[in-house]
Parts: sequence; structure tokens; C-alpha cells
Amino acid sequence: MIDLTIDGRDISVPEGTTVLDAARLLNLDIPTLCHDPRLKPYGGCRLCIVELEGVPRPVTACTTPVAGGMVVTTESEQLYRLRRTVIEFLLSDHPNDCMVCQRAGDCTLQELAYFYGLRDNRFWGERRRYDKEDANPFIKREMEKCILCAKCVRVCGEVQAVGAIDLAYRGFNAKVCPPYEKDLDCEFCGQCVAVCPTGALTGKVWEAQGRQKDVKYTETVCPYCGCGCNITLHSVRNRVIRVSSRENTLNEGWLCSKGRFGFEFINKPDRLRTPLIRRRKDGPLEPASWDEALGLISSRFEGIKKEHGPDALGGLSSARCTNEENYAFQKFFRTVIGTNNIDHCARY
Amino acid sequence: MAGLATVFGSGAMTNSIAEVENNDALFVIGSNTTENHPIVALRMKKAAEKGAKIIVADPRKIPLVKFAALWLRQRPGTDVALLNSMMHVILEEGLEDKRFIEERTEGFEAFKAAVKEFTPEYAEKITGVPKEDIIKAAKIYASAGKAGIYYTMGITQHSMGTNNVYSVANLAMLTGNLGRESTGVNPLRGQNNVQGSSDMACAPTVLPGYQKVTDEAARAKFESVWGRPVPSKVGMTATEMTGAMIDGSLKALYIMGENPLLSDPNMGHTTNALKNLEFLVVQDIFLTETAELADVVLPAASFAEKDGTFTNTERRVQRVRKAIDAPGEALDDLEIICRLSLRMGFDLCLNTPEDAFLEAGSLWPALAGMTYRRINDNGLHWPCPTSDHPGTPYLFHGTFPKGKATFTPVPFVKSKELPDDEYPFVLTTGRVLFQYHTGTMTRRSKALEAVAPEAFVEINTADAENLGISTSDMVSVTSRRGEIKLKAKVADKVGPGVVFIPFHYKEAAANILTNDALDPVCKIPEAKVCAVRLQKA
Repeated sequence: MIDLTIDGRDISVPEGTTVLDAARLLNLDIPTLCHDPRLKPYGGCRLCIVELEGVPRPVTACTTPVAGGMVVTTESEQLYRLRRTVIEFLLSDHPNDCMVCQRAGDCTLQELAYFYGLRDNRFWGERRRYDKEDANPFIKREMEKCILCAKCVRVCGEVQAVGAIDLAYRGFNAKVCPPYEKDLDCEFCGQCVAVCPTGALTGKVWEAQGRQKDVKYTETVCPYCGCGCNITLHSVRNRVIRVSSRENTLNEGWLCSKGRFGFEFINKPDRLRTPLIRRRKDGPLEPASWDEALGLISSRFEGIKKEHGPDALGGLSSARCTNEENYAFQKFFRTVIGTNNIDHCARY
Repeated sequence: MAGLATVFGSGAMTNSIAEVENNDALFVIGSNTTENHPIVALRMKKAAEKGAKIIVADPRKIPLVKFAALWLRQRPGTDVALLNSMMHVILEEGLEDKRFIEERTEGFEAFKAAVKEFTPEYAEKITGVPKEDIIKAAKIYASAGKAGIYYTMGITQHSMGTNNVYSVANLAMLTGNLGRESTGVNPLRGQNNVQGSSDMACAPTVLPGYQKVTDEAARAKFESVWGRPVPSKVGMTATEMTGAMIDGSLKALYIMGENPLLSDPNMGHTTNALKNLEFLVVQDIFLTETAELADVVLPAASFAEKDGTFTNTERRVQRVRKAIDAPGEALDDLEIICRLSLRMGFDLCLNTPEDAFLEAGSLWPALAGMTYRRINDNGLHWPCPTSDHPGTPYLFHGTFPKGKATFTPVPFVKSKELPDDEYPFVLTTGRVLFQYHTGTMTRRSKALEAVAPEAFVEINTADAENLGISTSDMVSVTSRRGEIKLKAKVADKVGPGVVFIPFHYKEAAANILTNDALDPVCKIPEAKVCAVRLQKA
């Protein structure tokens, strides 16, 4: 264990811990834009700078490992000014379209501008312009809002191991793009959207569906494969408008294209809304009341059971239904119908 | 699952997802993990980055091959020969875990005799995998400290699927890769709640918690809670029901949330079976292809509109929570079943989802220690027998439910239908990343549908050249059961003589072609191997 002092408080942490992680253990709020505990330290945004006793210039806390006897200062007038200037630079060519930006209210850059009171900017000047729209159906890429923190590039390489995008060009012209600046053509997992700290990457599926106002958040489990990823449903007035995922779950906040973008079916107008009954042989399916539908099933099931015995009936259940529903379904067949003719299609 | 239950006394993934990244070696056979279990695949990629060696055994050059130390392209349906041969090598080289075999297993000698003939040379002839690679794979797997096996339907959906599972289990037992962290035999479940619906016993032979319907004591226990007699006669499996519909002995069928018309092999046969019923009830969220044939269709709530639990592939029981109301008059499945039961004169007494959960827990000790409150944050892995038990991320620490695990001698059995002059290609089926199962959910997503809009048949470059077929040409694919037309995708993802078709698309349904030959033990149909011919359409 390594002993050090941060803002006058003593702490002991394992060797290899970064100054940033040690400070966060003390609940100290050091601002970051490019840091994500699930990715390797990057040191790109320079917001996490701290002062070390005996070191002439500030260092980035996210890339500095702790050392014995280190004395760290995370807040000072100089640090405040430096951080404020960094944000000012980032905002100097940022389109201030927070009014219509999907991420307003959920944007790290916007939060920082707010906390540092940055209305004016000493560095207003030329703006980056990217007129080309990426035609992929999942991810909206507004690169003029990109702050080049490279979180998207890193998650795509380090976590998804796809490497669909990278930083291209230099200086003012630097940008994140797929090879040859073509449209994005990848696994569309949306991990990049999930880590983006600004409005540069958002989901086309949830564009203009709602931001935070009136949004209800429900923690649940993805309905697709057996991984059991934890998802958060964002809903507004009885419509699911978006899916996200928290970091402290079995899937660490990562999802696939189906889990993240494949929720449209929930709100589709062709969902079944009433029971349907075929009133005559080869006739059409027609809407009916629950009373009529359940009455018909009950009398037909009883009739067939009476005439042919309980084993003339069978039930197929679903691996998509809950445990409780499956439990009830087999209990119904075993107690009410009186047969073990019950199975589900994915029992193997 | 019948296979693993026979060997160990419990049929489920032995280890948890988080453990994957700490494996020293991973043997992935018959699982296209990156496309079908993308989040498990992330852990596999992480393991590779940490230095683990991945061995992929798959007829297709699946995306995971990029991260593999070794890729074995076995011919479809020859897994047992490959596995037996790897075990032959392990025994030859003396890499088996003698202590584990001695202390924790039975039936070793008979098994040892059965793999004797499977020399790498012999297996090369059957599988098409070079003998050097078989030896290499055996050494990588057997010399790793912690090695895990991962498989899915590529192992099970065969007429000898249960044999395949026995064989996979033999490999883990032989090397002592069980009952420890980051090891195990891990069938990855393809749907969100396959594990849970198995546990809850929507199955013809067992009551909830794998308690046999033929066991009088088990039945008595359920009868005392349910207050009604429990039938002792083993019921029919789904595939047997299809037969019984054709011969007329099954008159009525109640389907909750399944679309067997598209998901089951030999679609023509399934359609005839369903049409032959006197009375069909389908309960679903959409009017599926199966529902269109029903006499009564009941509108159900989707996962976003109900409370309950799902059990994921690693046996973790997690809460499902209601976000919105179901559309129109749709009701959740639990309420529909309870209402119907009441209408038929019996109160199931399951008024809330938690009532059902707790009742299941009172009858199955593995769930007894869980409540909705306990699983609220991150869920718990069963078995969790008491209210202070932390759950069980990996199984078989110290002992197996049945005491000792059993080696099974497994002979090599050929697939039921192999290529011949008339039908010279092997067809294998599966999923693609952007679609799911029969597409009821994914094909309603504009974005997913935009990137994976249509069916295709993957053909090897050499075969395509011989047939004069190029990518995007329309091709007709014919088997003994039917014919479909779809676009060709020419690439070397499949080997020569093999073609692949995803089964999501009703307009070119792969299951029109597939064979409904069954595994004799667990009655799983052979969706992964059948013979077809190709023609430019």
C-alpha cells in the first residue's frame, strides 16, 4: 500500500492506483472529460490537472500513479484558471445549439460551462464545419460538437475490439472518422454513443423523442439473448423512447445493437390490442371481448378434455416470458388441464 | 440440457459471465458468440487481450476467429470426432487431471476405451481438420490452468446433440476444468429467459426445479401446495407434439409467446400440424405467422409492460420492471393465465408476480433464499437456498449434485442427412447480429432492418465459381422438404461444400429446408445439418 496526502487528507491505496482514483476514493470532485474507469487512462482533456508538491507544473491526475509521500492539491486558484481556460478553448468553436441539442441537460461540457460560468469567450474564432451527414441508420454524428476526447475511439478499440473509427488529421482539422471519412459501417453497438460526453454522438432512434423533462427511468433486463444485460428504459407518456445502461451492472453498461437500438417494437401500432376470435371455420380473426375469448377457450378446452382426455391438449411456453408466467403456465396445465404435455421451444 | 443433467446432476452454465475474462484458455465450439451473445464476447475479447488463448471450432469463419490463437474448421456434424480426438491426444500426452478423475468422476475406463480409436489421423478424415491442429488444440486446452468451454446450438441442434454435449462434458472432466473459477462447461442460452423457463418446468418430464413428474414424493410435495393432483405420466416434447398433431391425437394447443411456424425445422410439416388441430390458442404481442392460424388470439404485454424476473444464461435471477402500460386491452401473461384458470373453475392463487416467485421458491430449494427485495440491485445466481446465502456464481465446488460426475463413452454418429449427388451441399443455419430469432421484434426496428433487410445464402468462393454464381445473384436452394429463393453472398466465411442461411426471414425461411430429424434423448431437431442443392435462379 502507498501512503499519500490529498488536499490535506491522508489516504493509503494499492500500488498502481492513479492520483485521480485515489482522489475519488476521498470523494473529491476533479473534473474530467476524457476519463472513463472502464477505459485505459488517456490524459487528453487536461481537466484533471492537479498540483504535486515539489513538481513545478501541474500533472494530469488520471495518468499519474500514486507514489509514497506524495502531497497532492486538487483545487487552487491556478488550477481553477487553467481548467476554466481549457473549457473556454473547447467552447471557442462549439456550436452553442444547446437549445435543440439532444444532450442538453445530460452533457458534461454543458455542465462544466455552467459551473465555470462561461458565457463569453476570449477565443471566439473560426468554427469547424462538417456538413456531411452520416447515413447510417443508428448513430447521429455531429462532429462539430466533438471535443476530441477520443472516448469513442478507445471504446471501439479497447472494449468492442472493432476499431471502426480513429482520429484523423492534425491540429484544428483533427476529427474522429471511419476510414476514408466514409459513413459508419460497423457493429452499431452504440458503445461510442454511451461514452460520448457531448452531443457529438447520439442515437438517431431517439432523436427529438424527449430529453429529461417528464422522462421516467425504469431499470429492467434486455429482452433479447441470454446475456441478461441490465437496461434502463426511458419512457415519456407511456412510450419507450430510449434504452441506456448503467455502468455498475453485469454488462458494465455495454450493450449490442439490438439491446440499445431495437426497442421500437414495443410502441408499434400493429401490437395486438384486443382478443381476436375466428367465429366460423376459415373465417377471419375478429376482435372480441376478454369475456367472450376466455369463455370460448374454457368451453373448447373442457369439451376436448371430456371427449379425448387431458393428454389431447398441450401447451407451448416461451423463453421470452418471465419466470412467474412460465410457472403459472405449467401450473395451469398440470392442475387445471391435468397433463404434462407442456414444453418450450428452446429447452435444449 | 438433458445431457448435462445426466452427467453432473444439473444442466446449466457452470460458471458466470464475469469469470470469462480470467480464463487462461477458451474453447468456443458451435457458438458464434460475437453475433449471438455480444456481451459475453466482450469478455472473451478481454480475456484474449489479457493473454488467454482462444480456440474456435466452427465450420464458419466467425468474427471471433480474429481473436483466436487457433481456428478449427470442422465439417458440420462432426464435433464428436473432433472432441474425441482431442481427448485421445490429451491421454496420449498424459495431460489429463488424474486426481480429479480419481476423486470426482466415474466411468473413466469405458470412456478411455471409447476414444482410443480416435487418433488425429482418423479424426482428420472425418472432420477435415488437419491432425496437427487437433493436437495443438488439445495441448492448449489441457495445459491451461483455467480453461472454459463455451457452446450453443452448434453443438445441440443435431440428431446426436445429446452425444455432443456428453462429449464436451467429458473434455472438461478429463482435464479437471470444473468446480473452479473461470473454468467449466458453459452452454450460452440464446433467449433472455431460456434458463428460467427450463427452471420453471415448462417441460414434459419435470416439475419446477427439475423434480421428476414420475417421482411420487416430488408430486406429493407439489400437490400439497397446489391442492390438486399432479399427473404422473410424462408428457410430450414440442417436437413430439408436432407429430401428435399430424396423427390427430393432439387436438388443442395453447401457445404462449412462441412462433414455432418460423423457428422450427421443416416448416411445411409444422404448418400442416398446426392446421390439423381442432383448436389453437396463441397468446402474443403481435399477430405472428403462427397466430394467423389460431382460433383465438390473446393480446399480451411486452417485457416493458410487466413485472417479474428473468434468469439469464449464467443462472442469475434478475428483476424485470414495468415501465409503461400495455396497449389497448392487452394483459400480461400471468394475469391471462390466472383469469383463464379461474374461468375453468380453479384459482391458481398467483395474484402478483411475487406470489408466483415465492411459491416457486417454496417448492425448489435453489430459489428458496431469494425475494424480490434481495435480487433488487444485481440479482442472485441460483442455487441460493437460504435467505442469507450469497448465491452461486460457479457450480460444483467440491462436489456434484449427484456425487461423482459420469464419463460417457460417445461413438461418432453421422448426421441424418448428408450430401449426395442430388443434394451436394451441407446447409447450416443460424442468426445474424442485427436480427433476432423469427424477427418479430427486430424486423419492426427500422434501423436494424435497414442494415440487415434480407435473407442470404453464404457460399464459398470456389463453389460459387463452379456454379457461376456471384454475390447478389438470386439463387434457389432446394432440399428434400422444400425450396427457397434468396440472394447469394459469396465469401470464404463458409468452407467448400457448406452453405449458411440465417433463419430470421419469413420470405426465404431457412426452416422450409431444414430437417426435423430428432435427437433420440432430448428430441431436439437437427437444424444445423441438412443436404441441399443450389441453382442460379
